Amino acid sequence: MTHVLSSIDLAYWQSTLIKLIVVAILVPTTALILGIVFLFKVMSWMQSRKGPQEAGPRGLLQLLADGAKFVQKEDLIPDKADRFVFKTAPIVVLMSTLLLYVALPASQHLVVEDLDVGVFFALAVSSLSVIGILMAGWSSANKYSLMGGLRAGGQLIAYELPMVLAVVGVVIQAGTLSLNGIVQAQANGAIFGFSALGNPFILTQFVGFFIFLAAVQAELTQTPFDMPVAESEIVGGYQVEYSGFRFLFFFLAEFATAFVFAGIAATLFLGGYWFPGVDTSSKIYWILGPAVLFTKIMLVAFLIFWVRFTYPRFREDQLQAFAWKWLIPIALVNILVTGILKVVF
Amino acid sequence: MTAVTDRDQLAALAARANDARANIEFEDDGMTLNIGPQHPATHGTLRIVAKIDGEQVVSAEPIAGYMHRGYEKLTEVRTYPQVTTLINRIDWLGSFANEVPFILAAEKLMGIEAPPRAQHIRTILFELSRLANISLFLGDLAIQLGGLTLGFYSFRDREFVLNQIEAVTGGRFHPNFDRIGGLKDDLPKGWIAETKVAMQKMRAFCDEADDLLFGNEIFQKRTRGIGVIPAEVAKSYGLSGPNARGSGIDWDLRRDNCPPGLAYDKVDWKVWTHPDGDAFARSWIRLQETREASKIVDQLLDTIPSGPIMAKVPRIIKVPEGEAWVATENPLGEMGYYIVSKGDLVPFRVKIRSASFNNVSIVPWVCRGVYIPDVITILASLYFILGDIDR
Repeated sequence: MTHVLSSIDLAYWQSTLIKLIVVAILVPTTALILGIVFLFKVMSWMQSRKGPQEAGPRGLLQLLADGAKFVQKEDLIPDKADRFVFKTAPIVVLMSTLLLYVALPASQHLVVEDLDVGVFFALAVSSLSVIGILMAGWSSANKYSLMGGLRAGGQLIAYELPMVLAVVGVVIQAGTLSLNGIVQAQANGAIFGFSALGNPFILTQFVGFFIFLAAVQAELTQTPFDMPVAESEIVGGYQVEYSGFRFLFFFLAEFATAFVFAGIAATLFLGGYWFPGVDTSSKIYWILGPAVLFTKIMLVAFLIFWVRFTYPRFREDQLQAFAWKWLIPIALVNILVTGILKVVF
Repeated sequence: MTAVTDRDQLAALAARANDARANIEFEDDGMTLNIGPQHPATHGTLRIVAKIDGEQVVSAEPIAGYMHRGYEKLTEVRTYPQVTTLINRIDWLGSFANEVPFILAAEKLMGIEAPPRAQHIRTILFELSRLANISLFLGDLAIQLGGLTLGFYSFRDREFVLNQIEAVTGGRFHPNFDRIGGLKDDLPKGWIAETKVAMQKMRAFCDEADDLLFGNEIFQKRTRGIGVIPAEVAKSYGLSGPNARGSGIDWDLRRDNCPPGLAYDKVDWKVWTHPDGDAFARSWIRLQETREASKIVDQLLDTIPSGPIMAKVPRIIKVPEGEAWVATENPLGEMGYYIVSKGDLVPFRVKIRSASFNNVSIVPWVCRGVYIPDVITILASLYFILGDIDR
């Protein structure tokens, strides 16, 4: 297998195309389907919902039913909507999510672009979704949409900061911005000389981990931070005028973003594709890497959705206060302590 | 006035409508937000016209009447036993409770009293409909505040109560079971034991709600100090039921002024009040009331006397001339019927006093200057049923 692979000499564009197809299309879609089925199951068990337990064999067809429902709906565009912007907005949101998958390493070589500044890239493109949401909110020509869009804008900008600051601690400890490098730093690390388990950064950066997860929750506009889409208040916010497959785009983007943020959290804090005891350069990671990463993603996604199904939502001002008065100062202190300890040890 | 058939006239009307819309679009001081008639927070067709400045509400005006069904008029062409079918649909979550005050008023006019067994079962069903109503409130409150999970739980656990109501009356939602002088049927076999299990499940649900929602810090932040209604204001707006008790008014018609025909004097329970008067207080009162109701049912189940369930009532019911006012403590608050009879088969006039109409009338007062999310919290904590507002 390896012999055959290495004997083929591919041009740059050819290898890129293959990687793009495999990683940027196949991985997210399979992951999404598995993820949504898994999360549907979790959701239905937690909330005693019947659909994902009853529809089809073991409730597996619920996703299909939902998809079919959205596709057959009429594609409505409001009379006064800015048609071009209205149509583009869901694509922008989904694109910002799919761009995140580009930098996520599923093994040392199984990555579309092994960027030197992977963390930076991931955080940068994730914030693109704000533009799509603001576009959707503004172009719908609906007061509820507008309020939702503006709430989303304020919230996503506010929670971008703690997210970046939470990651800085990891970057300091790893000494690199490359996601691959961060995984290797965790794999090659040692806890007080004991190196069998490596050094997953969740052990040292647990504060950062929780801040990161809180910020992810807010970026996803999920409860308790779902003010921008609050269904009982502003009736879905920026999504209110969308129907059919355009709404499906938002819906998919939400799950896909949850999934990829869980992937980034797993990479930054849980060691990513690395399995304890197996060297990261081993060939087995072509198979093992995605499986391990997927398992870790599921763990983090479970945490995210657990919180989502437990808490009621914050009010807008409480939400901003939580970001600026609590998360950001704690994240700054975390960076300070990490920096000091890095110099000391 | 002639019908508008002329095209020009129609065009003129359309232009005027457009002008009106433009006036709303171009207003400069803030924005008018129509919350409703179709809005998930109003769970029905209540419309609230809110003038907002950013996220802050300058004024909020509830507009009722989208679901007006004219029950007061319709009762005038229905015989007394037929009326219960209609008034079942006033507060559709606790339907049986709607029938009780009307039947009691008619009994009062006729000078009949239901036998003790019927009174007992009537009270049990009354409290069961309270459970069905308020347990959904707890779920609805959670949904309005974003915690969907408890909403699903409440729908799941409420079913235990509805099953018991259905087992006796044959209807989950609209029992139509109360009769002048007693009840339609006796209890089915094994019902008492099953109901005791259902009550245990309701208490478990209350504990779950207590843990999941009332103990939650975000919930407390969202509800404490929001929508504070002082006792005097609550009295002047005619608030009743848990909303009044949430403002510290110790007043419960079951205890203070229970009309004859209900067995509340035979049970021991506590009327909870809360001094704060905010959204949390109102919700907390309802949580406690659900617990108390399950205790009342338990006590009544143990002491059901034997005997007939129907008093001697003429086959064709003619209510003698006179007027009667009977009010009971319904799940949503004080509900009363004022019946004027001219000695006929049908009532001459029926005035229905339903709790939600008054409870919602305080919205403009309490919603001034709050944030939009708080409007939803306040509406959820006031807890109205649209059928109870519009009738």
